Amino acid sequence: MKRRFSLFSLMVAAGFGLAVVGSAGAADKAIKIATQSPLSGDQSVVGVDIKRGAELALEQLGGPLAEMGFKVDLAPFDDMANPDTGVANAKRIVADPAILAVVGHYNSGVQIPSSEVYHTSQLANVSPANTNPKVTTRGYMEVNRIVGRDDVQGVVGADFAKMKGVKTVFVVHDKTAYGQGIAEFFRKKAEENGIKVFGFEGTEEKANFDALLSPVVAGNPDMVYFGGMAFQAAVLFKQARERGYEGIFMSDDGFDSSDAAKIAGGTLISGGGTFYSTVSGPASVYAGTKKFIEDFKAKYNADPQPFAAQGFDSMAISLKAIENAAKANNNEVPSREAVTKAVRELKDFQGITGSFTFNEIGDPEKALYFVIQVKDADAAKWSMNEVVQTLEIAPPK
Amino acid sequence: MKGFLKYVNVTEIVRPIGQLLAFSCGSAVVMSAIAIGIALMLDKTAVGVDLLDRYNVSVYTYTMINLPQVVIDGLTIGFVYAAIALGYTMVYGVLEFINFAHSEIFAVGAFVGVELLIALDSSGMLAGASLGMAYSYLILAILMGMLAAGGLAMTVERVAYRPLRGASRLVPLISAIGVSFFLQDVIRLVESLTTGQFNRIMPTFGNFDQRIVFGKFAMGTSNITLGISVKSIVVIVSAVLMLVALNYLVNATRIGKAIRAVAQDRNTASLMGINVNRIISTTFLVGGMLGGAAGVLYALKFTRIDPFVGFFPGLKAFTAAVLGGIGNLTGALLGGIVLGMLETFAGSYMGIFTMGAAGSEYKDIFAFSILILVLIFRPQGLMGKNVGQKA
Repeated sequence: MKRRFSLFSLMVAAGFGLAVVGSAGAADKAIKIATQSPLSGDQSVVGVDIKRGAELALEQLGGPLAEMGFKVDLAPFDDMANPDTGVANAKRIVADPAILAVVGHYNSGVQIPSSEVYHTSQLANVSPANTNPKVTTRGYMEVNRIVGRDDVQGVVGADFAKMKGVKTVFVVHDKTAYGQGIAEFFRKKAEENGIKVFGFEGTEEKANFDALLSPVVAGNPDMVYFGGMAFQAAVLFKQARERGYEGIFMSDDGFDSSDAAKIAGGTLISGGGTFYSTVSGPASVYAGTKKFIEDFKAKYNADPQPFAAQGFDSMAISLKAIENAAKANNNEVPSREAVTKAVRELKDFQGITGSFTFNEIGDPEKALYFVIQVKDADAAKWSMNEVVQTLEIAPPK
Repeated sequence: MKGFLKYVNVTEIVRPIGQLLAFSCGSAVVMSAIAIGIALMLDKTAVGVDLLDRYNVSVYTYTMINLPQVVIDGLTIGFVYAAIALGYTMVYGVLEFINFAHSEIFAVGAFVGVELLIALDSSGMLAGASLGMAYSYLILAILMGMLAAGGLAMTVERVAYRPLRGASRLVPLISAIGVSFFLQDVIRLVESLTTGQFNRIMPTFGNFDQRIVFGKFAMGTSNITLGISVKSIVVIVSAVLMLVALNYLVNATRIGKAIRAVAQDRNTASLMGINVNRIISTTFLVGGMLGGAAGVLYALKFTRIDPFVGFFPGLKAFTAAVLGGIGNLTGALLGGIVLGMLETFAGSYMGIFTMGAAGSEYKDIFAFSILILVLIFRPQGLMGKNVGQKA
């Protein structure tokens, strides 16, 4: 039943698209830009704000295209953080010829299969949040991102450990592509930095870390690193402190959730403290976001979540690229291929979270990475966590 | 005092405590001996060299110094398994049927207890609570968890199992699996609707997170602190109390006698004037209460719960019941303790003994291999009797 419905809507979308093409010569030339992010479910807090960021950008920066006689609309899609839904949406998106760019995805696991679909029809995709190296290393012309990569994030963690004077570390990960991936990059760089890695263990355990902690606590390393999500990391950290471990905890951007403080509370603050690396600082750390935060609050009556400012910038990039491509096409609606090329041709595009130039595979030539320290045991004060280090790093070759 | 003692069967209190002590010490000694044996064998090999390089200590010393802590951890989780296993084994003893919904009854107990404590916490009553009050609140949470879980177990029996009692053995089993899925999703639905999220976190209060330190040992370049957290003591003490109470109920009261009679022969028991349905209900009530209490204790010890929290402890406890000899109460105690010990020993030492190749993530494989070995040589379990199938 569900399949029949999506097939039906696909046909409607296609028909609608044809109608638009038919009227393209008319006074207002219609263009759409799609967003794909989880708008429902567990991760919708972040996903909705990616869409809102893009919406705000279209409102504020759509002027030049309007002057050229284009009518630009937002086409939001809900990928539900689910690869299947993302791919089904992607098929609907490519079937609508009015859509010239996609701002999207929050989850790398959804972006990777969906962008295979964009690739087949040369539709430009600007990602505000996906960090898995594979997003760009497939070398697709269509795919670009404005944030950093996991393989650098692990390195940032290991360099930070060295800076803190860490000599020994125990690495734990959650056995997922994301967590284990980061943990491996961390281990590799830590060893290069002369840090002794006491152990490298994967675990799917969510509750009882007693057995795992025996060798960890016995070695008493200067740091315990966890590659994975907050709900596991925080339980592990809490139990380690309870067993008398006094060193430093470190994790990755999966740890950036106020749930961590809810679970582990004061144990994150005591001893050597807790740090995590991330590719997206709180919106306030970027120089250009002051106005964005004010406008966002005025329009949506809430503070922007992580990646909302990146949603704004991804939309800004898409708009600029369409504008350039349209100009090159005598102010007519450009082809998707031309928009895709125009995204790559942007040089030093000034966004609110930085200045962007994409390299030959679509990574930004320099991306920002942050190391953040947990400052308060109270979950409500999670956004007050302090940025202790900001790095600008080029993607690995 | 003497008059009071006349009504209390002291033997039935002392005996299970003696058994628990014997099982704990026995399994600790056996496991330790095996670990030390392996350590001695490995000391001069590549494993020893590797450990010397990393921790600056020999395998033997490492094993010895960590031993007390590993035994304490193993006992703690072992008692939790034992308390859940009793629920499986009681129902099996009476009905010869495995109540797969028991793991969700455990989860419901955990959720009720944790929700109560979260409510108390948000009303500000936990933060400033004195030690005595903190323990009272915990006991209240455990009691509420027991009541909810016990009531639920009884309801499940009435609704999903009793109508199927005459059917073939597989039918109630399928029904139990169905109930298990149903309850998981009910928890998820209720939690999502009322609180907006279904991962719940045990509030921190009282002195449960504190740790009593027995001593420090120098080991190579680092120090090992031997200690036990207050909540582990709470878990062990509550579990022992429950186990003793259950043993007393079954072996020294009239209800217990009726339960045993129904377990032996349902028809004859009913001829002797025993209300079989009521006794079966009571069995579910008692088993469910134990499961619910274990759920709250589990949440206290491990902090975070979700609607699927019952699955692994339930599976392990079922395994413990089979290992000890399903249907046998003493066997469930032994099975729980042995399984907890096995798992913790494997998890703590395998990483070191295999130079990190097979770390604690493989602890379950190890524990379950032992289970298979035991069942090959003693299919009835460690303490089970070889009985014929009931009709």
